[in-house]
Amino acid sequence: MCAEKILPKTVDEIEVEVLETDFLIIGAGNAGCFAAIEAKRQNPDLKVTLMEKAYIDRSGCLAAGMDAINTYLKKDRTIEEFVKWSRSQAGGLIREDLAIKVAENLNKPAEEWEQWGLPIKKDEDSEEYKTRGKWDITIQGESMKPIIAEKVREYGCEILNRVTATNVLVSDDKVVGAIGFGVRNGKMYVVKAKATCIATGGAAGLYKTYQNDGIDSHHQLWYCPFNTGTGYAMGIRAGAEMTTFEMRWCATRTKDFNGPIDTISVGYKTPMINAKGEKILEKRYAHLGGEAAPRYIRANAPMEEWQEGRGPCFVDTRNMSDEDIKQMKTDYLNERPTYVLFLAARGQDLKKEPIEIYGNDPYIVGGHTASGYWVDTNWSTTLPGLFACGDVSGGVPNKFVGGCAAEGLLAAQGAVKYIAGLKSQPEVDEKQIEAEKARVYAPLFRMEQEGDGVQWREMEERMQRLMDEYAGGVHQFFRMTEEQLKYALKNIKMLQGQVKYLIAEDLHDLMSCHEVIDRLDVAEVLIHHLLFRKETRWPGWQTRVDYPEVNNEEFDCFVNSRKNQETDEIEMYKRPYEQILPGERLQP
Amino acid sequence: MPPKINLNKCDGCRAEEEPLCEQICPGNLLTLKEGKAYCRADRDCWDCMSCTKICPQGAIETRLPYQLGYYPAKLIPRVGTNKIMWTCVDINGKVERFVVKTRND
Repeated sequence: MCAEKILPKTVDEIEVEVLETDFLIIGAGNAGCFAAIEAKRQNPDLKVTLMEKAYIDRSGCLAAGMDAINTYLKKDRTIEEFVKWSRSQAGGLIREDLAIKVAENLNKPAEEWEQWGLPIKKDEDSEEYKTRGKWDITIQGESMKPIIAEKVREYGCEILNRVTATNVLVSDDKVVGAIGFGVRNGKMYVVKAKATCIATGGAAGLYKTYQNDGIDSHHQLWYCPFNTGTGYAMGIRAGAEMTTFEMRWCATRTKDFNGPIDTISVGYKTPMINAKGEKILEKRYAHLGGEAAPRYIRANAPMEEWQEGRGPCFVDTRNMSDEDIKQMKTDYLNERPTYVLFLAARGQDLKKEPIEIYGNDPYIVGGHTASGYWVDTNWSTTLPGLFACGDVSGGVPNKFVGGCAAEGLLAAQGAVKYIAGLKSQPEVDEKQIEAEKARVYAPLFRMEQEGDGVQWREMEERMQRLMDEYAGGVHQFFRMTEEQLKYALKNIKMLQGQVKYLIAEDLHDLMSCHEVIDRLDVAEVLIHHLLFRKETRWPGWQTRVDYPEVNNEEFDCFVNSRKNQETDEIEMYKRPYEQILPGERLQP
Repeated sequence: MPPKINLNKCDGCRAEEEPLCEQICPGNLLTLKEGKAYCRADRDCWDCMSCTKICPQGAIETRLPYQLGYYPAKLIPRVGTNKIMWTCVDINGKVERFVVKTRND
């Protein structure tokens, strides 16, 4: 394919494809695929369209596979137990109304996946799934994405592969579809829809990683680096309400490789130790539950040890059996296969040398924490016609793969109801389409006309360094103050002012430019959230050195934001926490 | 330095509209250059190995950045219908094999 032939040089040269559908889903990952299938099941006559920036068979978080479903209600476990556990792990602040509905739907996607071909291990002599920890079941999930992609096709959904979304279409305060561009063909896609659902995943790449050496480790991330916050950014720009961005996902990961470790260490009962060989959680966090301490405590513990001069820290694999080591490596092959290569490339024998651990670059990801769209119990955002599910949807931490799939089902049910109640087919605003053409293709036009400007890579690295150093990145051990955050905000706003100078030589560059633009919008909102919560509720996830204590009087509530559509300012406010399940919120 | 392409083995998927590695890469990183697969930015690879697994010629090897691990460790998937046989060779030449089920029979 010769890129030069298809690149538009002016607005008039942009080829526009207008499509109409009933239900548009942006992002064909796990949540989006389940939403598509469920919408078809609810009403087979609906036209369902997925807009996917990569290729559905291997896009998003599940590209390499997954080794466990961490939220399955095994026999004798109750919904109430699950929600209370999740509440305690998140420091007592979750949307219980949503979490209960998610919990009611957790098992269905896992069981369907199995029927469709996903191998799930069973206990010997029983039909029960083999378990690993309290809520986890062990799967052989290398192919879970191709398996669900096949089902989406079978159900007759339309898939727009390699189309990256840029904004939602808004008309009379309703969302009536979305706009995107073809990463391979350069066309602008205007998709008119009765209901639209965002399922793009969260935001990686806001912060600089510690492995970033300028050569080949830029994307050595735990979270999918191609999830660049576009789903949040589209909602932010359209004035949707967002919640709890300040609850960032910083976790204990394998050092340097930045791979998963938590479920492994829980599953194989390998304790975290410091350089002195002390069991960190048992020795220093016994009062918070020891090895079962809340997730943010576990996440931050190794970093605290480093700070105190007791690093490096490890997950102690030296007492594992040969059989367990082999099984653990097999688990990695199903999720992050190159971790096995990493061990081989260091010649590491896990019976002699334990796995080193460290914190990761912070992500905004609503599958793990509570960051995301503020939705109602139909998974409708505050913008009529716009739904959200999976990592972009807020209020329900610890939902992981199974819970994101469950939200796909719930959001589709909400959207189908909404479509049934619509009286007229929505009109789109032609002025918005014209403005979006000019905005989206600007970096190509600038390159054509000026031949000079700012490369996306330069702006990305500036943003990542600012966030790392001034908004509590891994190099700052996740700590931040008012003054640092204000400095970060001032400079992020300067970068937003520089967006007009971005240049793109081809369509990959153009996509990358928008991935930076979108992350700047997410970063701006994130800093406002971090500034607003003047306390430290979740050390590590949100460590305000200038307000080191929990302040329940002021902040036992949700912190929400909305971009004022007249002034373009980010407005911050509180929403009350509502307890539905009785009991001490910090206890499971 | 993730996908290392063996130019002798790669045929650019001649019969296809786009090569399979280009079709599958979640980061839009693989493309064709002079008829052969080419990664436009090694540093932006997530090491998911989708290209390595799908290549019909076995022409792609996933390498780790040198900052993470030493030469010449290898991890090679042989993809079957319902399973993958993985061969891992460490820097001391030690070989490990793993068979992973990918779909129910």
